[in-house]
Parts: sequence; structure tokens; C-alpha cells
Amino acid sequence: MTDADDLRRRTAALLAAHPPRTTGRREFLRARFDAGLAWVHFPDGLGGLGAPRTLQSVVDAGLAAAGAPDNDPRRIGIGLGMAAPTILRHGTEEQKRRFLRPLWTGEEVWCQLFSEPGAGSDLAALGTRALRQGDDWIVDGQKVWTSSAHLAHWAILLARTDPDAPKHQGITYFLCDMTDPGVEVRPLRQITGEAEFNEVFLTGVRIPDSRRLGAAGDGWRVARTTLENERVAIGGTRLPREGGMIGPVARTWRERPGLRTHDLHQRLLGLWVEAEVARLAAERLSQGLATGRPGPEGAAMKLGFARLNQEISGLEVELLGAEGLLYDDWTMRRPELVDFTGREAGYRYLRSKGNSIEGGTSEILLNIVAERVLGLPAEPRTDKDAAWKDLAR
Amino acid sequence: MSDLLYSAEEEALRAAVRDLLDDHCEVAGVIARADTAEPHDLALWRRLADGMALAGLLVPEDRGGQGASPREAAVVLEELGRAMAPVPFLTSAVVATEALLACEAGDLLAELAAGRRTGALAVPLHVGPGAAHPHARLSGGTLHGELTGVADATVADLLLVPADDGALYAVDADAVTVTPLTCLDPTRPLATLTLEGAPGERLGASGPAVRRALGTAAGLLASEQLGLASWSLEETVRYLKERRQFGRPVGGFQAVKHRLARLWLENVNLRAAARGAADALATGEDTDTAVAVAQAYASGAAVHAAEEALQLHGGIGMTWEHPAHLYLKRAKADSLAYGTAGAHREALAALADLPAP
Repeated sequence: MTDADDLRRRTAALLAAHPPRTTGRREFLRARFDAGLAWVHFPDGLGGLGAPRTLQSVVDAGLAAAGAPDNDPRRIGIGLGMAAPTILRHGTEEQKRRFLRPLWTGEEVWCQLFSEPGAGSDLAALGTRALRQGDDWIVDGQKVWTSSAHLAHWAILLARTDPDAPKHQGITYFLCDMTDPGVEVRPLRQITGEAEFNEVFLTGVRIPDSRRLGAAGDGWRVARTTLENERVAIGGTRLPREGGMIGPVARTWRERPGLRTHDLHQRLLGLWVEAEVARLAAERLSQGLATGRPGPEGAAMKLGFARLNQEISGLEVELLGAEGLLYDDWTMRRPELVDFTGREAGYRYLRSKGNSIEGGTSEILLNIVAERVLGLPAEPRTDKDAAWKDLAR
Repeated sequence: MSDLLYSAEEEALRAAVRDLLDDHCEVAGVIARADTAEPHDLALWRRLADGMALAGLLVPEDRGGQGASPREAAVVLEELGRAMAPVPFLTSAVVATEALLACEAGDLLAELAAGRRTGALAVPLHVGPGAAHPHARLSGGTLHGELTGVADATVADLLLVPADDGALYAVDADAVTVTPLTCLDPTRPLATLTLEGAPGERLGASGPAVRRALGTAAGLLASEQLGLASWSLEETVRYLKERRQFGRPVGGFQAVKHRLARLWLENVNLRAAARGAADALATGEDTDTAVAVAQAYASGAAVHAAEEALQLHGGIGMTWEHPAHLYLKRAKADSLAYGTAGAHREALAALADLPAP
């Protein structure tokens, strides 16, 4: 079993063989992956050593202290957080070897082609079609809410391969090349003024059968791995006190006594307490995951943070008084990174409205908690056993 | 960062307490007893205090106690809250014990730890850490005056009385007239103490002792509130899977499911806040803030859970026979005990540097 001392030795050996000062970023990251120090809990040969996930911090600390470059995880969040765990769990050996290394080093950026205009909360109703043609699949349809699509080389894609089967059973999961000429990416402007997301139009996109992930028709089961990891990624972030949306409001409160009123004070204290408690709950969830005792709290964390982000940023706009009536910039841009707490109060207020929609709406997450955690009866699903092609659309 | 989980030893302690309460604390008995002049279950308290040595949980081993930390006391309080066990663990084994620990009153600690005596701090239940409270008058070497709102005083034989000379006194309950009050929460009854020349043994300065006792009480009360809230949620979910209206389980209606899911989320948060306070009390790090955060959150969460339990049970929840009212009365009383959520939020204005206008 790999322990902390062993990881320290391996980290030192990597640094000795590839001194960060004289090694190019890409070369260093490839060497780190090959040394099994990328994500130590991944298997041998795939960037890991089969070590406990908790020991990653030993490697990260050693590399950071030596000034080694990292893989800029915020820029490749969809690859790291969603595509990688799904490929690891459901991919063939060949797929794992082909995709995980450039995914982790950031040489190949990933995006997610799941949601459609007609399939949001009811994702399993998706209608993008993939037809088998010899050794290939031909894909036609439209996807939406795709962040990073304009930067991505690869996408995880859900498409309908059997319209005669019930909706959950006729879906197949693919790894789609975004440079295919049939892929068209258009920016989708949102209420903040910028276009963080895209619409993606797929017209006669050709995907070799070797880039199918899991069995044909088994895509929904594969997608569950992706979606569960997405909610953990959104909800399970560890933060210091005042590390989230409450931070900028608390700073403004301290720095600008002239803005203070009794009403705002009461509401600020209430939200500060709620933010601190939500932070502790996320911390407790992480501690449980780290010691191998995962709780079902991931979905709930996202629910809580969505509501709090909205209430706190709403309070902040009010606190600012006359300034709260201003907005920093409506220019349409396509940001590479999204920071919910970035920019100014008006942006934070508007952007946080998406927190209760993206990655599963709060209403769907409440159903998930009620049904899967509390064991309450499932919502009636009249379309569950009908052929997809017969469903009302 | 604090450790917010439960250790294997803490889980073992929980299992042992729960087993004992399953066997010896039936809720129907708690309801019946609440209707009498003796709402406490002293036989159960003897089993817990003596049999399981919980009276001395926080007392050091060299004073005959268990030398455990507030983290373990918190787990015990979760279980006592869950079962609505009418025993003076919080008031004697936590509050009085912490006051005696602050005064280094070794002999009295040993007596409490051994379960030979039960203590109560003569400060009204609603007083939070750092808040003003009444004192007895020291005159001619004896204590005088009326102190009201003292929890579990009717079953205490040792009263810890703060006096106007700034000291805390140990007073034998036999030397005091203890008059029970009719209370919103009949399972943790309050009483008025009348002192007319009661002799007392001077233990030490009352300010730090009372502050420490109430700070620990406020922090650990969150775990009792967690126990109440957990019962409220679990029992309501269980009932609503069974109860049918319109030909389907009531727990299948989305309006009801979403309320229960939100309650579950509040429970998850409450558990993290309660563990945060218990751990801070154990380590001594960031204690005042962790306690104030826990109390500022726990009162609302526990009352909400108890109120939702009552509403979602429908008519049966409104009856004397069903235990939902016990939990509601305790949750509401707990929301005043050791400082309201509002008082703890005000404390945070200073602790978190968020000053009032």
C-alpha cells in the first residue's frame, strides 16, 4: 500500500528528474501523470497509484512548495470532474489510455453535450439521434447550456440510439470530437450580458463506434456516474470561513460604515450564520468522503448553497444603496473561467440565479433527497415504459 | 479544522445510550409522567448516572469521573433529546459540573460524578453566556432572596447559587424552599428558589464559573436540539409512508416531499453546527464563535422540525396522546434556553467583526 512517505519519495524523485525551473509546463505535467502523481487514487498506469484519495494533498503540497506548474484545474473542470470519473468507470482500456492523460494535463479540454432545448430536467427525454452506419454512428440534433464548447476538443455526449425503447433504455453515451465539421458552436447570451454557455448544433457528425462509452442503450446508467460527480463538484467544495458569497458582503460592511442600517445588520448576521453553517456542512461532507464514508449530502449541499448565494447577493445589492443601481458591464463576452463571486454585486446577484437551475434544479434535487435519501414514494411517471417515439413532445 | 464526524468510540457510546433508552424510556411513560407533580424519571436517571456513569462524564478521572470531552456529552444529549428522556443530565452533568470544574470544587465534583448528588445552577434557564442574571443577597453570612426560572431544581439536592458578593455558593437544597412552576415544557420543569438565611459554602468567583457553564450549555444544547429534530424528521417520514389519503401514501405528494427534503437539509446543517460547537468546546479553539453559530442556527432548525412534524401528522399530531407535542414544547423552550438565537447573533456581531450601525 502506498503511504504518505512513499508519495513524498516519489514526488521528490519526479522533481529531481524534471526540475520545474528547466522543464516545460506540458512536459512536466506529462511526467507527473506518468509517475502516478496526477490523481493518486486512480489506478496504476492511468495517472495514479491506487492510493487513498486523501493522500493527494501530500503530493500537491510537495509540488506547490517546489514551484511546479499545475494543470489549472478550474479551466478543465468538466474534464476532471465529470468526463474522467465516467471514462474511468465505464471506458475500455484503450479509451482510458487514449483520453485520460491529455484530459488531466489540460492538452485536451472537455465539454458536456447533455441538455437539449426539449430535455432539461427530463434529460432522459433527449432527442439527439445517433444512427449506426457501418463502424460509425451519425449524429444529428441540438444541445444547449454547453460551457467551454468553443474551447473544447472533446465532448461527452448523450444521444438516442433506439427510439422504439422506453426513454431511459434507448440512450447511448459517446465521446464526441468537437473538431468534426458537423459540429457548430454558437454563443448563448445570458442575463449577466456575457455568454458563458453555448448552443451546439450537430449535423451529420460521424463518431466511430470505438468512441462509444459503455454498451449501446446503456447510456443512462453511464450518465448517472457523470451527474453524481457533477453535483458533488458543485456542492462539495471546501472553503475557509467567509470563503463564499458572504465574503464580499462582510468586507463591504466592515469597510463602509456609512452603508449600515439596523435592518441590514439583522439580515446580514442571519445570513452570515447560515453561510457558516452551510460551510461546516460541506466541510463535514468532505471529511466523510475523505475517510471513505460518503454521505448522501452532495445534492443537499448544492440546494443550500444555491439559495444562500441568491439571498446573500440580493442583500449585497441592497447594502450598496445608490451603487446597487449600477452594473459593471453588459458587454457580450465569452469568459473562459466562471467565478460566481467574481466581478461586482449586480453580476453576483444575476449569476447566482443560475445556481438553482444548473446541475439539476432545486426542485429536482428536492425530489432526489425525498426519494433516494428519505425513501418517500417516487413521482408518478406515466412515460416510463412507453416507447420514446410515442411520447408527447 | 475541527473534526465534525463521530469517532468509533462516540458511536459506541451512542449505541449504548440508545439501547438503554429503548428499554427504559417509553414515550407513553414520559407523556403520563409529564401530567404529574413528578415529571422526572429518577429511576432512569439512576441507570444513566450510575449504571452508565454518565453523571461523571465530564469529570476528570482523578475525581471519580470518566474524563470524557464535550464531544461525548454531545452524543449523549443527542440521544436524550431524541428519546425526550426526562432526566437532569444537561443541568447537572453539564451545567452544574462545568461550574464546579471552573471553581475546582473537587469533593462536590466527586459526589456528582458518583451519582450521590444531583446539582443545579441557580441561574434562570433563559440566560445566555455573558448575559446579566439575578444574584442572591449575602447578609450576615447567609443567603437571601428569590431566584426563579431554575431548571430541574426540584430534583437537585445541590444548588449552586451566585451571590451579590461575586462568589458562587454551594447550598444544600434542604435549606431552600423550592416551588415548582407550571411550564411550557413540562419535561424540563423550572422552579423558584426562596432563600431565607440559607447557609452556603463559598466555592469561588461566580462570574467565570457561570460564564463557562452557560457557554458549554449553549454549545451542547445544539446536540439536544439535533436529537429532537432528528426524531421529528424520522418519525414524520415513517408515518407519512404509512398514512394514506386519496388512495396513496401522503408522503408521495410533492408538496409534502419537498417540505421533508428541506427539513432533512436543515438537519444536515444542524448536525454540522452541533458537531462544530462540541468539537470547539473540546479543543478550546474558536469556542465562542462556534457556540454562537450553533445556537444561532439550532433553535430555528429544531423548532421548525417540531412544527413541521406536528403539521404533517395532521389531526393526530394535535392530540395529547401523540408525542409530537412533547418535542414541540421542548424545542420551543430550548430556543429560549441559554440565550435566544437573536442573542447569539448579536454576540456574533462582535465575534465576527460585523458591528451594528
